[in-house]
Amino acid sequence: MDDKTRASGNRPVSISGFDRRRFMAGAAGTAAVLPLTARAAGPITGGIPTAQDPSLPAHVTLRVNGENRSLDIDARTTVLDALREHMGLTGSKKGCDHGQCGACTVLIEGRRVLSCLTLALVAEGQDITTIEGLAQDGRLHPMQQAFIDQDAFQCGYCTPGQIMSAVACVNEGHTGNDDDIREYMSGNICRCAAYPNIVAAVKQAAADIKKG
Amino acid sequence: MRSFSYRRATDASAAVEALSAAAASNSPFTEAESLPLAGGTTLIDLMKLDVMRPKTLVDINPLAAQWSAIDLSGDHLRLGAMARMSDVAENADVQRHYPVIVQALKLAASQQIRNMATLGGNVMQRTRCSYFRDVSYDACNKRNPGSGCAAMQGFNRAHAVLGTSDQCIATYPGDFAQALIALNANVEITGRSGTRNLPFDQLHKQPGRSPQVETTLVPGELISGFLIQGRWPRSVYLKARDRQSYEFALASAAVALDVQDGFVRDARVALGGVATVPWRAREVEILLKDQKFDDTLAHRVAEAAFATAVPRKHNAFKIELGQRVVARALHQAATMEV
Repeated sequence: MDDKTRASGNRPVSISGFDRRRFMAGAAGTAAVLPLTARAAGPITGGIPTAQDPSLPAHVTLRVNGENRSLDIDARTTVLDALREHMGLTGSKKGCDHGQCGACTVLIEGRRVLSCLTLALVAEGQDITTIEGLAQDGRLHPMQQAFIDQDAFQCGYCTPGQIMSAVACVNEGHTGNDDDIREYMSGNICRCAAYPNIVAAVKQAAADIKKG
Repeated sequence: MRSFSYRRATDASAAVEALSAAAASNSPFTEAESLPLAGGTTLIDLMKLDVMRPKTLVDINPLAAQWSAIDLSGDHLRLGAMARMSDVAENADVQRHYPVIVQALKLAASQQIRNMATLGGNVMQRTRCSYFRDVSYDACNKRNPGSGCAAMQGFNRAHAVLGTSDQCIATYPGDFAQALIALNANVEITGRSGTRNLPFDQLHKQPGRSPQVETTLVPGELISGFLIQGRWPRSVYLKARDRQSYEFALASAAVALDVQDGFVRDARVALGGVATVPWRAREVEILLKDQKFDDTLAHRVAEAAFATAVPRKHNAFKIELGQRVVARALHQAATMEV
């Protein structure tokens, strides 16, 4: 974020009308959906489960930020890859891709989980909330605002995962004291070591959310 | 990741049916034709690493509807195998009567992983041995039976000192399993011919001459629950590790005591981070029984826990560390307010 966007207050806005994130997301999404045309061989639910042909794409509907999205995907596709490569939602980040860093954290049915270790087929029909779904009516979520106010990031790569994790941390009631916050945020690694500021942001947002 | 066929099981019989189909080819475990997928926190990771190569994944998450209850009735606790770690850790009955379970769960992994991982999957998690997880090493008797063990002469700081063999020294990585042993739990297993119960400490197998066989489950069987008799408010899980949070144990101890008038009437002790399987320290239990508890006794019995330990080049420190963890866990359990 440059000085002009920071100076604009609560919401980072694009000055030129052409921002890097939208360009990158659009390019990635277009490239990924082109080869996918076929459908899965048959239903993948039922009393005796029928096998899905691994050489064919499987059809899945994911509910992301309140919107149903139908996709034809390889069965190996994780929720993270479905979001980033098939829907152009690149807010959720791929850090380690092995469940060790927390950068990919999203909420599924309101619970924070690792989207890199969750198959998209397993998440079918469940409510998925990503960082893109937090802001309401053009206003940042109190946790997003708190991260800005407390300067709770440097490079920003872990930040979407930190914020999603922190939102759940508040909902779970695990923000009683600093030790609690540190323990329950330990699944989100910050290579820039912004940890003291992250703890401060979680405390600020927890208080804001309590006030309503 | 290699391609696989995805199937979703809507109930237990469908899951067992689907998993039994490829039964003959399921040894070693890494080459299993067909595997159940629950939280996926171990399996998807190991599939990305090409360690696990199932041709079919049977998604058993719909079984949570039947198998995730946490039920304390009278003096019997039943934990459904599909209950998620975080839900069990937050359960008021479990918190009140079984602190060792809550502590073992809370000190494991991260909240994201605890939200995903089931109890059944937790006890089935695979070793973190770096040579098992890295397929560029041919020598791993768990992955390639008969190929040797790269850890013997390699970096073995995190490896086991108890229950090892000349074939494998990989550490069992979990925490919850030790709590189950300390509580003398039974595991309920559902297969084609119905359910069977087994003492939990008979679920895992020491490596011996066949490290690729890790449990006594047969293909097509699923863990459906855990059963615990009695209430154990005087119980503790203590875990020593390189980081304060989100790290596997270097040494841990689960302790459950019944102390009357300063005398130990019953003691159960399990060790983690130091052994190839969730380790029951029976010699410690025997030495504690009917003794007046004090810290001198705790240190003496802690030494006995490691009498049969076989250290390697980098992990000898685990013996002293483990002894201190056992002694401190015993002290905490004996002196806690209940």
